[in-house]
Amino acid sequence: MSESEEKQPRRVHLKVLGATLGAGAFAYAMAPLRAWTKDISKEQFLQKHYKELNKEELAKVITRLEAETKRDYGRDVTIKDPKPREGVEFGYALNLSVCIGCRKCAEACHVENNHDRKTNNSYIRVIEMEQGSMDMERGTTQYDHPVPAPGKFYMPVQCHQCDNAPCTKVCPVQATWKEPDGIVVVDYNWCIGCRYCEAACPYHARRFNWTKPEIPAEQINPNQGYLSNRIRPQGVVEKCTFCLHRTREGRLPACLEACPTGARVFGNLLDPDSEIRWVLEHKRVFILKEELGTRPRFFYYFDV
Amino acid sequence: MTKNSHVITYPRFIGRMVLGAFDGTWRFYVWMTALTAIALVGANAWAQQTANGMHVTSMTDHVSWGLYIANFTFGVGLAAGAVMMVIPAYLYDDHEMHDVVLIGELLAIAAISVCIGFVVVDMGRPDRLWHILPGIGRFNWPISMLTWDVLVLNGYLLLNLHIAGYLVYMRFLGKRPDKRWYLPFVFLSIGWAISIHTVTAFLYSGLGGRPFWNSALLAPRFIASAFITGPAFVIVLLQVVRRASSFRVGDGPIRTLTSVLRVTVLLNLFMLGSEVFTAFYTGGTHSTAVHYLFFGSHGRHALVPWIWSAIALNVVSAIVLHSKATRERLELLDFACFAAFAGVWIEKGMGLIIPAFVPSTLHEIVEYSPTLTEWKITAGVWAFGLMVLTLALKTALPVLTGEVSLGGRKEPDADDVPHAA
Repeated sequence: MSESEEKQPRRVHLKVLGATLGAGAFAYAMAPLRAWTKDISKEQFLQKHYKELNKEELAKVITRLEAETKRDYGRDVTIKDPKPREGVEFGYALNLSVCIGCRKCAEACHVENNHDRKTNNSYIRVIEMEQGSMDMERGTTQYDHPVPAPGKFYMPVQCHQCDNAPCTKVCPVQATWKEPDGIVVVDYNWCIGCRYCEAACPYHARRFNWTKPEIPAEQINPNQGYLSNRIRPQGVVEKCTFCLHRTREGRLPACLEACPTGARVFGNLLDPDSEIRWVLEHKRVFILKEELGTRPRFFYYFDV
Repeated sequence: MTKNSHVITYPRFIGRMVLGAFDGTWRFYVWMTALTAIALVGANAWAQQTANGMHVTSMTDHVSWGLYIANFTFGVGLAAGAVMMVIPAYLYDDHEMHDVVLIGELLAIAAISVCIGFVVVDMGRPDRLWHILPGIGRFNWPISMLTWDVLVLNGYLLLNLHIAGYLVYMRFLGKRPDKRWYLPFVFLSIGWAISIHTVTAFLYSGLGGRPFWNSALLAPRFIASAFITGPAFVIVLLQVVRRASSFRVGDGPIRTLTSVLRVTVLLNLFMLGSEVFTAFYTGGTHSTAVHYLFFGSHGRHALVPWIWSAIALNVVSAIVLHSKATRERLELLDFACFAAFAGVWIEKGMGLIIPAFVPSTLHEIVEYSPTLTEWKITAGVWAFGLMVLTLALKTALPVLTGEVSLGGRKEPDADDVPHAA
């Protein structure tokens, strides 16, 4: 560098000016983040993983979440944390011979699980397929006509709660795992939103909150579970939990209750007298994409 | 060497580096200002995306990864290629190549910064980044391939920071670098370079539910294309360095890198052909994604122009690289490098990520084409990476030429040929 002496101060001034402008522009560019970080409280930011919270800590978190729901959505809700029950492992079977593709199950899921109203989200997708083929390639989820349509059959797909779940394996932060009763859950307050699980799932069972869910106060289901249907934050992944806030308390999943044809059978796989066991032992049962070795707890069957 | 002297000289070294980073010709200021502007546009778009949610992107539950992960994957290849291309220097004891080792390492540092940038902008909850820190968060290692990627990418970054930092610092002190302090690390970083791209390939190829990725050829293909992008970028970069600084770059390294490139462009085309053959000859459901990529499916063909551009660029670069005229004319070589680089950017970017999601696992077809927000953020991350690269070269090269040293500034010495490694 061979600057003349008198040129130096001007250069320094220019640099200072440049640096100031740069810093100002940076602050301006990042401004949208300020409002966002204001929404994230210190407790929220530092909150530990679900499995590391003790009873008091979890109670505190739940109180906070209930208050946040009241603040953001204007509704009093109760968030419970029902635990898996000893000697219970859930299984689900669906009778393809009687399913008529009415999508009442998908609708019930939407309402029960406090899904975003704008996107009409649901954990269940129903595929309409030609009779004579099980090739999903030739099916569609976008049908819009009275059902059941002649020559068609219907296959609802939701989380298969796999025993060898690809989604829990890939999660880099253990934000999703399999509970002792077979249900795969997500800690919505731990998920980092990388969506690797969404890429790994072979059943299109996972959903991402691309935006903060919008639900009118009066439409909110106030009976909520911490690991299931409480309103999810923006930027995290969610999925079907076999309605664990209901099923762990002895009730049936919302999708089953809504089904007008009785195509759905839910119960305890460990109970030899359960209906689900009877179906698995006596019907022509098959597993979707069995070749992938995911070992689902969701079964399809046909009437003999 | 007593400990004390480093306590004094190291901060001085850092100080001089910082000074060097903020001083230059008008061209330097224009270049950096332009990059800063682009990076700020990207930063603003990212801030809005984080605050308002990722619905501002074109991604959906069907195509849940897009332009960011595409660029991340490509960036890993560039980072790996930047160091792998020095293998000939050691394999064939090519001394002239040693000079470019350091430049490769600085490029690797910049490329890794780009990769980390793309991972962060793809996260729905960047505020929870700490959850993925080993020891502090809950690190799902060794089961999740993503945790392997976190380890190898950050390890690679540290490794290259160490090698480059050590060599430049020693040069600054006017000392001969101690081989024990860098040579083992150089060899380690070469092996590590292969690992970062292998792990990144495993990230995808391990997913049984995505037939498009579920191929054992994916990792070898990644490595082959890294051997294209690394050399292609460095060939052009060396010419820029030759013009913009007094660091001497001989024709030898450019020749060596060109011969690497001649082989790898063909290898890459061969592997692409193998995958295409397997997909189309077998047919059936497993080839739907490949069919969608090359010809479209059910009347949707968003990716068709992308992939055919990539093929055209790859083929053209292969032809130009093997034509006689390219040996004499540097412009032709540069053109081939640009074509090869752009071709791989598409093929190992959008062409690799998107078809895995189209059709979806339930065979629904939802298309993806990036929104303006995604393009802004992508440009911003790359601009940031180029800033890192510019500053790294801007501060390191004058030390290597002897223009900046502990003793003060001096004119570059003709006998003082820098030997980086």
